[in-house]
Amino acid sequence: MGPNPKMRKEFFDSTRSSPFPDEVLERVLSLLKSHKDRSAVSLVCKDWYNAESWSRAHVFIGNCYSVSPEIVARRFPRVKSVTLKGKPRFSDFNLVPENWGADVHPWLVVFAAKYPFLEELRLKRMAVSDESLEFLAINFPNFKVLSLLSCDGFSTDGLAAIATHCKNLTQLDIQENGIDDKSGSWLSCFPENFTSLEVLNFANLNTDVNFDALERLVSRCKSLKVLKASKSISLEHLQRLLVCAPQLIELGTGSLMPELTACQYAQLENAFNQLKNLSTLSGLWEASAPYLPLLYPACTNLTFLNLSYAFLQSHELESLLCQCPHLRRLWVLDTVGDKGLEAVGSNCPLLEELRVFPADPFDEEVIHGVTEAGLLAVSYGCRRLHYVLYFCRQMTNAAVATIVQNCPDFTHFRLCIMNPGQPDYLTNKPMDEAFGAVVRTCTKLQRLSVSGLLTDLTFEYIGQYAKNLETLSVAFAGSSDRGMQCMLEGCPKLRKLEIRDCPFGNAALLSGLEKYESMRSLWMSACNVTMNGCRLLAREMPRLNVEVMKDDGSDDSQADKVYVYRSVVGPRRDAPPCVLTLSEVDEASRCDGSPTNQNPSRYELPSWPHAPCRTGLRWAGFSSLRNLFVVNAWEHCVS
Amino acid sequence: MSSIPKEHDYIGLSESPAMEIISGKLSPSSTSSSTLSTVEKNNGSSGSKNNNTSLNLKETELRLGLPGSQSPERKPTVPAAGVSLFGKDIDTSNANAYSLNPLKNLVSGAKRGFSDAIDGSTGKWVFSDSNGSEVDLSKGAVLFSPRGDNGNPQKSRVAGPANKDFAQSPKSVQDKNGQVAAANENSSAPAAKTQVVGWPPIRSFRKNTMASSLVKNNEDVDGKSVYGCLYVKVSMDGAPYLRKVDLKTYGNYLELSSALEKMFGCFTIGTLSPPPPPHSPSFTRQCGYHGLPARDGLTESCLKDLLHGSEYVLTYEDKDGDWMLVGDVPWDMFTDSCRRLRIMKGSEAIGLAPRAMEKCKNRDERFAHEAFAWKVYKIVVFSE
Repeated sequence: MGPNPKMRKEFFDSTRSSPFPDEVLERVLSLLKSHKDRSAVSLVCKDWYNAESWSRAHVFIGNCYSVSPEIVARRFPRVKSVTLKGKPRFSDFNLVPENWGADVHPWLVVFAAKYPFLEELRLKRMAVSDESLEFLAINFPNFKVLSLLSCDGFSTDGLAAIATHCKNLTQLDIQENGIDDKSGSWLSCFPENFTSLEVLNFANLNTDVNFDALERLVSRCKSLKVLKASKSISLEHLQRLLVCAPQLIELGTGSLMPELTACQYAQLENAFNQLKNLSTLSGLWEASAPYLPLLYPACTNLTFLNLSYAFLQSHELESLLCQCPHLRRLWVLDTVGDKGLEAVGSNCPLLEELRVFPADPFDEEVIHGVTEAGLLAVSYGCRRLHYVLYFCRQMTNAAVATIVQNCPDFTHFRLCIMNPGQPDYLTNKPMDEAFGAVVRTCTKLQRLSVSGLLTDLTFEYIGQYAKNLETLSVAFAGSSDRGMQCMLEGCPKLRKLEIRDCPFGNAALLSGLEKYESMRSLWMSACNVTMNGCRLLAREMPRLNVEVMKDDGSDDSQADKVYVYRSVVGPRRDAPPCVLTLSEVDEASRCDGSPTNQNPSRYELPSWPHAPCRTGLRWAGFSSLRNLFVVNAWEHCVS
Repeated sequence: MSSIPKEHDYIGLSESPAMEIISGKLSPSSTSSSTLSTVEKNNGSSGSKNNNTSLNLKETELRLGLPGSQSPERKPTVPAAGVSLFGKDIDTSNANAYSLNPLKNLVSGAKRGFSDAIDGSTGKWVFSDSNGSEVDLSKGAVLFSPRGDNGNPQKSRVAGPANKDFAQSPKSVQDKNGQVAAANENSSAPAAKTQVVGWPPIRSFRKNTMASSLVKNNEDVDGKSVYGCLYVKVSMDGAPYLRKVDLKTYGNYLELSSALEKMFGCFTIGTLSPPPPPHSPSFTRQCGYHGLPARDGLTESCLKDLLHGSEYVLTYEDKDGDWMLVGDVPWDMFTDSCRRLRIMKGSEAIGLAPRAMEKCKNRDERFAHEAFAWKVYKIVVFSE
């Protein structure tokens, strides 16, 4: 508790009334938006805990298996908006089997009972089926906002259900999902009297939609602010849409490819001229030089330009950038080359975020794209840069050191040198000093992805300096267990650690015993961790779920993929056969995971008090570390 | 095309049917197809002894590429292997992806012309001196470059050069080049696999979109680039990696040479001549031959260039699959027909014919070339 003895007394004396009426307290607390703040508030005292839980309208669940929908519903009775994240991030790169889990349906079933007035659902990396989408559409009459990012398991039929039944829908945002794109007819399912749409993003889809239906939809939805069309929308279509919706703030064009007549070109030019409020421009599939100037009039107020699907060259990019004096975020393909990035440095003094994606990442024979020179040029011109995602084929320590010297405010530094384990190409040395410079200089760093040839020294630096680091991605790096130990011992705010193809073994894994409960999750794949190490971890830390996935044909003792996360509900019951959930509790005698068996104080979500006092057992566990590789007589079953 | 197969069989160049398959047309000749499939099965060991020898020697040449992958570079010199690789690739990725794949398709059918030239002449000029293979690997030439992922095995394969066959040789390259293994931290895993799952970390949606866009970008075989760029691969004998250049960004041969010199200047091997001043045109020369006038910015030849000792010839593969010396035709015609570029050692360019303005469309002429005693055209691209 705080230093205030009065508060402390109140905490223990629940009969004493709060200084404020509950309503006032709730009203005040409802103004808090950040869930971190809210979690802090809920720890002050029982009254505040209650007031906060009654006033929380939006709940964010970073790991759907850390808690159950029942617990959430009991804890926060009046939620209108839920954000739910499921699979580990490496599932985006096909490292996680398809049937891994993270099914949204059980959540929907509980929500239908407990949150019938749910308005918003944002899902990331969840398994979503058409049945679930239909269930959602039918059971929540007030439903307004649906956002699906990097989900899979559904098809356009599910979208049709949403369009058909959600009379109050304001946002439909479908991004980068593994969607079964059967047909575009879903869009025609919006009823003719449906006018509430404000956000429509179907850039994910390829099949043709009925354009007339789309045009009518856009015309009648006067509040439409965001329209991100799919590739199937031609320039001609685009022109008609823009005429209906000059109020757009965010636009995703369709394909810029098809030929236009002079007359059509002029019309489109006019249409873009009308878009005075545009702050985001994306899409631009197959953007080709002749049509880029069309965009110029709409660029005056642009703050976010997403060219990551447009194969532009440097001079084309430059011409476009000259039109965007207020640009804050820029996503490009590496076809623009270092020269294009020089243009970024010259033309975008307000730039805060840069993402450079590889156009041809799997063609290792060909060296093209961007090098250290490009990012260097950007750093000289864009001193406010704080977010970078950079795919390149060569990098040097010196360049990175200069880059962070120019831009010390980095909060997100994601550097991907595409050849694994590649050293500084000039000095042939490891890239340790590069990332050392990053963590030393960028004190606000929250997210870091490392690449290139890296020894344990990199991780010593990270552990020593990266005091605000929350998310760390490591691949093909490190020399020994010490590397991982440095990370775990050093970074006090570490929440997500994902590691692949590194020489870290059981000692490294187990050095984090005290750490994992303060983290959301740990992923380790293709490292040197064994089943025994994982079992030991599971035994020592019963409130961690330790899940192991094995690759085909691998040694029985190897733990090929390990996913460790904290949870109040114990090992999950929906794991497919390929996922082994390790638990200290024998399968037969395991409690059914019902929340009533749990310590109520564990319900604080999503903040977690400091690691509890299980020191006794843990230290006993440490002594058995020496016997790591001695086969113990484990009784537990793995499911 | 029906007259071709016979010649192609000799060199094992049944690619033409393959090429046609790739571009979506049916092979007119079932004979060719069956030859192709035979070659596929034999996996490079079909027929010609030359091919076998070539294959082995080829394997020692250091290239950037996955273990098991075959650089397209090798194709011209190892036709049978090229075919089989190529064919094999067609075979495996045919169902899904033969229409996918960018530049690689462009490279495909052309080999036969080149090979014809080779076989007719010395028969061994394929292999640039292996000095080149010792180029410092740390310059980014890691063999175990990661590959696509389980989710899109077809696509990611195709997203690489179609000519690569992951089952093919460079495992042996790997063996012979221990330094490669050493250079790579992660030598254990990729040595066994040919693809690294999920690396580089790019979401499937983006990968798929890029793959299909890249195809469209370069599918246009007329040379008319709808998308505003015309990327062609540029390789240099002995260099560990290739570059891609967009021919649209250059206005003439001079600009192209400048750019190539910048890209590849560091790789000149063998005897080197003193570096020219930066951006000077002094490194670009063309010897006139038989009185054909130099064109488009190329100046008259100087024998002294030959004496510089570092002689590289810039050649290109045209639409018809023939390898030509760069500089013969007007720039626009060149960009229209050029499909890839290769900087080869002058000594290996023997027999490579310049392209006359009135190029005869009769493909049999290719063989006639060897019968002539052409002087060697030298375009000295790099002299530093």
